Amino acid sequence: MDSFPILSLVTFLPLVGVLFILAARGTEEQVARNARWGALWTSLATFVISLLLWLNFDPTTSDFQFVEKVAWLPAFNISYHMGIDGISLFFVILSTFLTPICVLASWKAITVRVKEYMIAFLVLETFMIGTFVALDFLIFYIFFEAVLIPMFIIIGVWGGPRRVYSAFKFFLYTLAGSVLLLAALLALYFEAGTTDIPTLMAFSVPAELQTWLWLAFFASFAVKMPMWPVHTWLPDAHVEAPTAGSVILAGVLLKMGGYGFLRFSLPILPLASEQFVPLIYTLSVIAIIYTSLVALAQEDMKKLIAYSSVAHMGFVTIGIFTATQQGIDGAIFQMLSHGILSAALFLCVGVVYDREHSREIAHYGGLVERMPKFAFVFMVFMLGSIGLPGTSGFVGEFLILLGVFQDNTWVAFFAATGVILGAAYMLYLYRRVIFGKLEKEYLKKILDLEPREIAIFAPLVALVLWMGIWPDPFLSVFDASVSNLLANYQTALSSVDPLNLAGR
Amino acid sequence: MNIAVDISAIWPELFMAVAAMVMLMYGAFRGEGATRFVTWAGVLVLVVAALLVLAGPAGKTTAFNGQFVVDAFAVFAKVLLIAGAALALILAQPYNMREDIKQFEYPILIVFAVLGMMMMVSANDLLSLYVGLELQSLALYVVAAIRRDNLRSSEAGLKYFVLGALSSGILLYGMSLIYGFAGTTSFDGLAAAFATDSDAPVGVIVGLVFIAAGLAFKVSAVPFHMWTPDVYEGAPTPVTAFFAVAPKIAAMALFVRVMLEPFGDLVAEWQQVIWFISLASMILGSFAAIVQTNIKRLMAYSSIGHMGFVLVGLAAGNETGVQGILLYLTIYVFMNIGTFACILAMRRQGRMVEDIDQLAGLSKTNPYLAAALAVFMFSMAGIPPLAGFFAKFYVFLAAIEAGLYVLTVVGLLTSVVGAYYYLRIVKLMYFDEPAEAFDRAPGREITVIVTVTGLITMFFFIGLAPVLDGAEAAAAVLF
Repeated sequence: MDSFPILSLVTFLPLVGVLFILAARGTEEQVARNARWGALWTSLATFVISLLLWLNFDPTTSDFQFVEKVAWLPAFNISYHMGIDGISLFFVILSTFLTPICVLASWKAITVRVKEYMIAFLVLETFMIGTFVALDFLIFYIFFEAVLIPMFIIIGVWGGPRRVYSAFKFFLYTLAGSVLLLAALLALYFEAGTTDIPTLMAFSVPAELQTWLWLAFFASFAVKMPMWPVHTWLPDAHVEAPTAGSVILAGVLLKMGGYGFLRFSLPILPLASEQFVPLIYTLSVIAIIYTSLVALAQEDMKKLIAYSSVAHMGFVTIGIFTATQQGIDGAIFQMLSHGILSAALFLCVGVVYDREHSREIAHYGGLVERMPKFAFVFMVFMLGSIGLPGTSGFVGEFLILLGVFQDNTWVAFFAATGVILGAAYMLYLYRRVIFGKLEKEYLKKILDLEPREIAIFAPLVALVLWMGIWPDPFLSVFDASVSNLLANYQTALSSVDPLNLAGR
Repeated sequence: MNIAVDISAIWPELFMAVAAMVMLMYGAFRGEGATRFVTWAGVLVLVVAALLVLAGPAGKTTAFNGQFVVDAFAVFAKVLLIAGAALALILAQPYNMREDIKQFEYPILIVFAVLGMMMMVSANDLLSLYVGLELQSLALYVVAAIRRDNLRSSEAGLKYFVLGALSSGILLYGMSLIYGFAGTTSFDGLAAAFATDSDAPVGVIVGLVFIAAGLAFKVSAVPFHMWTPDVYEGAPTPVTAFFAVAPKIAAMALFVRVMLEPFGDLVAEWQQVIWFISLASMILGSFAAIVQTNIKRLMAYSSIGHMGFVLVGLAAGNETGVQGILLYLTIYVFMNIGTFACILAMRRQGRMVEDIDQLAGLSKTNPYLAAALAVFMFSMAGIPPLAGFFAKFYVFLAAIEAGLYVLTVVGLLTSVVGAYYYLRIVKLMYFDEPAEAFDRAPGREITVIVTVTGLITMFFFIGLAPVLDGAEAAAAVLF
């Protein structure tokens, strides 16, 4: 297994599917059918192979595994370096897991330019996986940034009425943040002489420079995350994107910000990270409370879920910067859980949208009478999003609150308030859509979930419950990597100021 | 001085001059019927010249009492500009046939212009620099106005001529000042004169600024860019494609050599000048392009912006910077020629359309062309993994190395602004409802060039390492 380039296989397999789809000929209908099946099989195969990563993963070590390294630009000491540790493993699997679901979710919803759509999703999958497995900063940046191209096309071509505005906003916002990351990357390269991530982690950057680099990293990751106040692209992008686009956006792209903080800010710039903890806490607390209140006032289901994403990501940033084992474990878990829950909630909206072509909450009501299965599925995800014990959402939020309580009780207090608000807006949404009397004439003929949709939701429901009831298989995988990260972090802090460690 | 050594250094130039004159004679006797043949002969001459350049002597050779120099830097730049010129000439062939530009002089003028550019790149003396520059400029003035019966084309030619002559005058004035204060026009002599002199006299600095201004005009850097949009718009499209590529490479290579060889020790004096024109070009290029509706004008502002990015490498004034410049120019050739090939395919009912809005819905009417143009646009916006990203990456790498943090951050942010107008074209092609379809079959030449340049732009990262090695060797001779 050592010599076999399994990570490259997982990363680039979707592109092979693209070639097949490109080769499809025939009438428009045949091409569309071939594109759908081609994309489904390719993404399923990628998912199965990515599960092999998990099976062969050694959770006892914090080293990078399945490492591949080929010199790419020897003159500049930049190489094609791939590898995963406990932190990145699940993000890879999350990407490969959600892509076939997206393909299935778009099976009937997308009727025009199916071929291009499927190609865009497969290309997007390659870039997403590449972002999480890259162990060279430049390679990471290339994948991280390249994601914008297919996503821009997906929002712009298959999106809603204001898709053009949203696609531009998404692209330019993210690009503006990313170019600062690029500037930081260049500066770091000149300081350390390499862009190799493991080498950079061991390199100690001068304290003065750390502040600047941290701010540049922050500009990029905070936009991607997104953190208040640079979150405004997210509701627009979510509302206008097609269902599957929202799923990937919420499920995977937002996680790139959190992954960036974990992979770069914390290990490479520990001093600055410690210095900026108050900033992160403040912004996150504002995000949690403010966007929860905003979510409460939304009339559009997708927008509501989009704002809830900002709030949930606020928990993640708090968890990461507590720099405690519980906090970071919780943050990673929360990202995975949110990746599944928000994806599932967007799919739920997609189900009713496909039938009624409306996302207005007021358009619905009393759906439980006609759609009991849907009501059940929606309830599971809604409760998961609230963080009910027994669902995946609980574990993440609980661990984060545990972590932050050790550090700052006020932040813990405000974050916990956010949990209550979260319950408020989600239950309110559920009541208005599902319960009540089925009064509206046009809803009286609405159909419940069809087998294809059940096939989409069944694995998601199972995962939400599995992660909530028995989270250990997940937690134990990233435990070693997180401990190692924290050990290095504390060493770096204490080497500068021995009192700092004692003070915490 | 051994005349055989001198001759051996200028084989490619000699060959081109003789071949161009033979072509001229042939055309003069055969008349307009010879145009097609002469065009392909011109392409062949350029290809052979490129091979001769590559087969030239290794290492640094000076000829004609130090007037002319052949080194790795010159070879790199020459191959690049010949490639750009040859591709532009191939693109011109079907267009000229359709638009009834029958003059056989067109390819011959292109060959002469390229000859002038090669002289510029190899100049090792202010005088040979000027001679090369004028040979190129005179040919270009005529080419810009090649459609004599078209008002806009004639206007473009005239504008280019008047402003070009002005800039040549400024350049010459700067040279005379330099000569007056240093007592020599040879690059080696100037370098030696300034090497010991840490405090350059004011006259030298004024002369240096004048030279920089004259050269900035040739690369169309702000604030000497005013002619560019008008000339780009007015000239026939294949001529614009040629203008956007070959003269820019030659002038930029010359700029780099002049600044780093004779004035290499005066870095502190000229760095801020280049810093400013670079910054101004990036900002103006990105903001002014937003409001353009004509695609050729848009490309003009885009090229101003690109030159600003290239000048970042020069402002850095280090070896990485020159490498970055050469890499940038290489990528720029392919992106630009590809884009212009797409523009040339924008024909409706046998006529060119230049309005950006006419691209609406191209992804439905002609998916292949739309995909190619989208690749070029994303690449110009600098989005990885496309070629344009690596171009920007290396010039900014050099800027960071030189400690030019403000330039880096502002430059990167202007690239975000620039992304807006490149994306606008993608938006038109992919998000909007189709306008009337373009004419089918843009021509075999155009399809081939779009495909080749598109693939190069997409998969440039594969060949990045060897190009960088070449650029590294070329950059090393200037330091």
